[in-house]
Amino acid sequence: MTTELLNVETVRPYVPPPLPSVHAEASEHRTAGITTVLGFWIYLMSDCLLFAALFATYSVLGREFAGGPTSKELFDLPYVLAETLCLLASSFTYGMVMVALKADNRGRVLGFLLLTFVLGLGFIGLEVKEFVRMIGEGAGPDRSAFLSAFFTLVGTHGLHVTGGLVWMAVMLVQASLRRFDAVLPTRLTCLSLFWHFLDIIWIGVFTVVYLAGAMS
Amino acid sequence: MLGKLSLDALPLDQPVIMGAFGFMGLVAFSVLAALTYFGRWKWLWTEWLTTVDHKKIGVMYIILALVMLLRGFSDAIMMRTQLALAHGGAVGYLPPEHYDQIFSAHGAIMIFFMAMPFVIGMINIVVPLQIGARDVAFPFLNSLSFWLTVAGFGLINVSLGIGEFARTGWLAYPPLSELGYSPGVGVDYYIWSLQISGVGTTLSGVNFIATILRNRAPGMTLMRMPVFTWTALCSSIQIVAAFPILTICLALLSLDRYLGMHFFTNDLGGNQMMYVNLIWAWGHPEVYILILPAFGIFSEVVATFSGKRLFGYVPMVVATMVIAVLSFLVWLHHFFTMGAGGDVNGFFGIATMIIAIPTGVKVFNWLFTMYRGRIRFSVPMLWTIGFMITFVIGGMTGVLLAVPPADFVLHNSLFLVAHFHNTIIGGVVFGLLAGFNYWFPKVFGFRLNEKLGRCAFWCWLVGFYLAFIPLYIVGLMGMTRRLNHYDNPDWHPFMIVAAVGAVVILCGIVFQLVQLVVSIVQREKTRDLTGDPWNGRTLEWAISSPPPAYNFAEIPIVTGRDAFWETKKRSTARQVVRFPRIHMPRNTSAGLVIGGFALVLGFALVWHIWWMAAAGAVGIVATAIAYSFKLNREYFLSALDVERSEKLLSPAAV
Repeated sequence: MTTELLNVETVRPYVPPPLPSVHAEASEHRTAGITTVLGFWIYLMSDCLLFAALFATYSVLGREFAGGPTSKELFDLPYVLAETLCLLASSFTYGMVMVALKADNRGRVLGFLLLTFVLGLGFIGLEVKEFVRMIGEGAGPDRSAFLSAFFTLVGTHGLHVTGGLVWMAVMLVQASLRRFDAVLPTRLTCLSLFWHFLDIIWIGVFTVVYLAGAMS
Repeated sequence: MLGKLSLDALPLDQPVIMGAFGFMGLVAFSVLAALTYFGRWKWLWTEWLTTVDHKKIGVMYIILALVMLLRGFSDAIMMRTQLALAHGGAVGYLPPEHYDQIFSAHGAIMIFFMAMPFVIGMINIVVPLQIGARDVAFPFLNSLSFWLTVAGFGLINVSLGIGEFARTGWLAYPPLSELGYSPGVGVDYYIWSLQISGVGTTLSGVNFIATILRNRAPGMTLMRMPVFTWTALCSSIQIVAAFPILTICLALLSLDRYLGMHFFTNDLGGNQMMYVNLIWAWGHPEVYILILPAFGIFSEVVATFSGKRLFGYVPMVVATMVIAVLSFLVWLHHFFTMGAGGDVNGFFGIATMIIAIPTGVKVFNWLFTMYRGRIRFSVPMLWTIGFMITFVIGGMTGVLLAVPPADFVLHNSLFLVAHFHNTIIGGVVFGLLAGFNYWFPKVFGFRLNEKLGRCAFWCWLVGFYLAFIPLYIVGLMGMTRRLNHYDNPDWHPFMIVAAVGAVVILCGIVFQLVQLVVSIVQREKTRDLTGDPWNGRTLEWAISSPPPAYNFAEIPIVTGRDAFWETKKRSTARQVVRFPRIHMPRNTSAGLVIGGFALVLGFALVWHIWWMAAAGAVGIVATAIAYSFKLNREYFLSALDVERSEKLLSPAAV
C-alpha cells in the first residue's frame, strides 16, 4: 500500500475492499450458492410447518369415521410398504446422484437421476392407484372427516412428490447441457434436500396414518 | 364455458357499489391514459415493473398499501356513518348484506393489503441499507413476492364490481363460510386473494431471513445490527412459521367448498373449532408480525431524534425475541368461550399477560432513551410519542381481555373492537407513518413537509381517541360488534362521537396526502444533499439520498453498534478512492408474468372456470421452468459507471 493510501486510511471511515479479482468473483459465486441453499432450508422449514398443520388436523379428525369405513378396513399395509420402499430407494439413488456429482461424472449423475425419477414415478403411480381404489369403494374424501384429512395429508405429500418429479425432469435436461454446469451443484443440492425432506415426511405419514390406523 | 360467471354478477342494483367500482375504474383509466399521453410506458416497464431493486419494490409495496388504506378507510367511514344513523326506527343507508361485506372487506383489506404490504415495503427499503448490503439475498424472489401480492390485491378489488365479497367477517369462520351458508363467490374471493398474497408473504419472509443472515457487511455481528433489522428478522421468522398454517387453514376451507370435504362442516365428523384454532395459530403471530417492525421503527426514531444511542439495546433485542416466541403460545385467548376448561384458559390467559412484560421493557427503554436527550420534536418523533401513550392504553385493555372471566363478558363486544384498533392504529399505523416520514428523504432525496405532517399527526391522534374511546364505553355497556342497526338509545350519542372521530381521521389522511403532494411540488426546498437529513446513526444514512442502485459503492466495515454514528465521530467526510466494479442482478419480467397467471388462476377458481384455471396453473409452472433456463441473470456495472454515478449522487463525498 502506498503512503498516499495510508494517509487517506487514517481519516476515512471505511477500509477499502480488496480489488475485485477473478478469484474474488469466483468466491462471490460460491457464496451465492451457499445463500441459495440456506434460503432453501428456510423454505423447507415453512413447508415442514405446512405438513405439521396437516398432521395436527389429521390427529384431531382421524377418528371421525362418521359411520363410514374405518382406517383399519381401508389400509393395506403390505401395499403401503411397497410404496414406502419405492420412495426410500429413490432417496438412496438420489444420494448416489450427489456422490456422482462430487466425482464429476456426468453420465452417472444422469443415470441415477433417471433411476430416482422412475422410482418416484412408481411411488406416485401406486398412490394414485390406492386413491382410485378407495374412491371406487365409496371411501372418497367427501365421505367423512377422517377421509377428508387422510386424502389431504397424503395427497399434499403426493403433490409435493409430483412437483419434485417435474423439477427432476428439468434437472435431467439441465444436467445434460454443459452451459448449466456453474449452477448445477446448487440446484441439485436443493432438489436433494427437497427429496430427502419428502422422505422424512413420508416416514411420519407411514407411522401416524398407516401404522397407527391399521393397528387400532 | 364461463363457469358461474354471467352478467348477473354485476351488482347493477346497488348504486353504492357500482359508484365505487366506477370510480375505481375511472382512476385506473386516467392513470393508464396519463401513462400513454406522456409516453411513460417504457419507463414504467424498465424502471419499475420489471425491477429487482429492493428499494423500488419497497416503494411499490407502500404505494399498494396507501391505495388500500383509502379503500379500507372508505369501508370504515361507511360503517361509522351507518351506525350514527341506524338506530331505533331508522335503518341507515346500508342494507345488511352489503354492511356484512363492508366489515369483512375492511378487516381483510386493512390487515392483508394495507398493514402487511406497508410493513414488507418498509423492511424491503430499509433492511439492506441498514446492514450494508447491495440488495436482498434473492432479488428475483423479491419481485415475485411483490407480484403475487399484487395478484391478491387485484382479486380483492375485482370482487368489488364483479360478484361480491365475503359476508363472514375478516376471518371467515365456518360453518358460516361453508358452501351451505355462503353459496356465493364472496368467500372464494376471500380465500384466493389471501392465499395468493400469502404465498408471496411467505417467500418474502424466507428472503429477508436469508438476507439478514448472509448479507451483512463485514463486522456487523448480530448484536451490532440496528434494532429495526432485528425486528425485521423476528418478524420474518414469524412469517415463515405462521403463514403455512394460514395456507393450510384456507386450503382446507376451499376443499370443503370445492370438493365437498368435511373438515369444518357440521356433519360427517367435521369440526368447526379446528378452523378457529388454525386461523388463530396464524392470526395471533400475525399481529406481532405487524407490530414488531413498528417497534423497530420507533427504536430508530427515538434514538435519532433524542441524539442518544438507544437505551438498553440488549434488553430490546431479547424482548423482541421473547415476544416473537410468546406470540405462538397465546392463540387460544381469541376464543376462551370455546369451552376448553379452566386449566387451558388459565394457561393461555397467563401466557398472554406475560407478553406485557417484554413490551413494558421496550416502553421503558424508549422513555429512558428520551431521558436527558436533546429531543427534536420532528414529525417521526411526534408519531413515536403519540404511539407510546396510545399503545400503553391498548396494552392495558389487552391485559384486561386476557383475564378469561372478563373475556367471557367482553367477548365479541365493541370493547374488543376498540382494543385491537387501539393497538393496530396506535401501534402499527403510527409506526408505519413515523417510518414513512423518517425514511422518505432517504428514498426520494427530499424531506416531507413538516407543517402538514404535524397536521396529519394531530388529526390522526385526536380522531383516534374520538373514534375509539366511545367504542370502549359502549362495549362495556353491552353493544356487540358487527351490528348494522340497534335499538338502545343510550348508545346513540357515542356512535355520533365515533363518527365524528372517523371524520377527523379522514382529515388526517387528507393531510397525509396533501403533505405528499406539497412536498413533491416544493421538493427543491427540502432537498437533502448530505444523505443524512436527521443526523442519523445507522448505515442507511451513510450513503446518498436517493441511494444508487447498488447502495454502497464499497461495502462498509462495521466496528460497533450505530455504525454510521461511530464513523461520524471519527471523521466528517466520506472519501472513496477506488471504485470496484459491481455485480448487479438484471431486471426480469418473470415475476410479473407469474403474478399475472396467478391472478388468472385465482379469478378462474372463484368463478369455477376450469379451463382458465388450468391455463393459469400451467402458465405459472411454464414461466418458472423457462426462467430456470435463463442463465444470464447478472451483469457488471463497471468501475467507471460506479464512479460517475457516485459523483452525480453525492458530489460532496467524492
